[in-house]
Amino acid sequence: MARIFAYIEHKGGVAEDSAAELAAAARKIDANASPTAIVTGWGTELDAVCEGLRATYAEVWKIANASLAYPNAELIRKALVKVLPAGSIVLAPHDHFGIDLSPGLSIKLNAAFVSDVTAIDGAEGTYLKLVRQEFGGQVSTHVRCDISSGAVLNLRGGAFKPLDTAPVGGHVIDKSAEVADLVAGRRYLETLVPEAGDVDITKEPVLVSIGRGIQEQDNVAIAQELADAMGAAVSCSRPVVDAKWMPKSRQVGSSGQTVKPKIYLACGISGSFQHLAGLKGSPFIVAINKNPRAPIFQVADVGIVADILEFLPELTNKVREMKKVSV
Amino acid sequence: MDILVCAKRVPDTSENEIELNRAGNDIERDDLVYSVNEADNYAVEEALQIADRTGGKVTVVTVGSDDDEEILRREMAMGAHQSVLLSDDAFTGSDGKGIATVLKAFVQKRPYDLILTGVQAEDGAAQVGGMLAALLDYPFASLVNSIEVLDGKKLKVCREIAGGDKEMSEIDLPCVLSIQTGINEPRYVGMRGIRQVASVEIPTLGAADLGVDAGAVGEAAAKVKRADYFVPALGKGAEMLAGSSEEIADKLIELMKAKGGLN
Repeated sequence: MARIFAYIEHKGGVAEDSAAELAAAARKIDANASPTAIVTGWGTELDAVCEGLRATYAEVWKIANASLAYPNAELIRKALVKVLPAGSIVLAPHDHFGIDLSPGLSIKLNAAFVSDVTAIDGAEGTYLKLVRQEFGGQVSTHVRCDISSGAVLNLRGGAFKPLDTAPVGGHVIDKSAEVADLVAGRRYLETLVPEAGDVDITKEPVLVSIGRGIQEQDNVAIAQELADAMGAAVSCSRPVVDAKWMPKSRQVGSSGQTVKPKIYLACGISGSFQHLAGLKGSPFIVAINKNPRAPIFQVADVGIVADILEFLPELTNKVREMKKVSV
Repeated sequence: MDILVCAKRVPDTSENEIELNRAGNDIERDDLVYSVNEADNYAVEEALQIADRTGGKVTVVTVGSDDDEEILRREMAMGAHQSVLLSDDAFTGSDGKGIATVLKAFVQKRPYDLILTGVQAEDGAAQVGGMLAALLDYPFASLVNSIEVLDGKKLKVCREIAGGDKEMSEIDLPCVLSIQTGINEPRYVGMRGIRQVASVEIPTLGAADLGVDAGAVGEAAAKVKRADYFVPALGKGAEMLAGSSEEIADKLIELMKAKGGLN
């Protein structure tokens, strides 16, 4: 079996949660695997990350380079191509960084590439059997991946549960000398943090959240009326922001806000993993969608198959009646 | 600036429920409504806006079959100056690298200043743009949600990263960018526009025209193959509320009260 490497993302001197998930995924490829962590960066933060990884990884490859202080995928790709042995299997998180890095890395390594892997069903000879999803999670597929010349696999966050094992006491190997000067056609300038919105959806206990099913801008008022009746706030999924019907500050998901309400009404939201990644703290999820196969019904506590444009006004009236009675 | 946009025709998930066929080897394709992949349409709009500002032409290309011509026509109705269909039996069954290899051959025949793709196809893997860039040794940026042309040699691009943060970078031309949805507001395409381009000849190029080695693409070269489609066994799943909509609303209100969300 080829040697397995895990590319570690980190921030502020601490590895991301994906570090432990990648180690668990390596064992799904080969139960006896001892994956090697690869960490790139610079300075004391990098050293702190490597030190922390010794609990999970028997070997930690450190690549220190001043040009890697910010994770620029093109520079990191060039560094990895220099240090990785031929035929390696490289695991990386499927996120804004992995999407940037891995397709091009697979080309330069002449390795197979599979993105957004949700499960690994083991190896058969030089093939890996992997699971991924299409059409926003409406259907899954088994993928056969030829790893005879290596592979780069981007793994979905949260899909692989970290192993509960004793610290392995790994050692750090400094590979920095193998990576000389790095030059890229893309140069990082700065990171801008979006302006705060009028409503802070991260602090709201009840969210009426709308998706593509709201259909047009004028219908946003239907959700706002329900939220007003309930004393809740309106949030949304990506298509509503893309259409400019609500500001970015109202978006729940991996590229929007992470919310932790008590109750989450997902109205006309299909339930892509990027959206669900923004839901924390195990809220009580109510899904209302006219497509009975919408993936949101798999994660919701309560499901209602209905057109939100008809059902929400009815619910609003009921809530108003209830409030009158209780006053 | 001459811009190439790589687009794909996909089943439109806003128009269809995606189901398995009886054999379980594919989705049920009878009666599916197809359209241009949503992110690709944003990419075309972005290309048109850049070309408006800088001059130059927008070309839309797809790898596929005669059926895929309809999206090329649609994007021309939107304003793209020309389109090309890359089609050959040898391309059938290509994985992401195979598609990128075909596109690379096309770009090498006629270089562009800028190449755009959508960030991901509905039935895809967010891979072809990054692969194409690596094959061409062009710089690449994914998840791009704004583009500013700095001069004839570089762009300032914004990538959408975690939490909605904006990662700003400078990138040399020529480059490949994968475009995130929401970057702009794609213009409406009416029936009149479609009719105007209905009889435009769309050139088709095959493996021989492109100088693509048939052994480097298609099913035989694919290291990654979709074996089947399936719907995973559901977990617990939601408790589905049934009855008249009035009864459902009453039940829902009781449940939300019990959870402390209504008082």
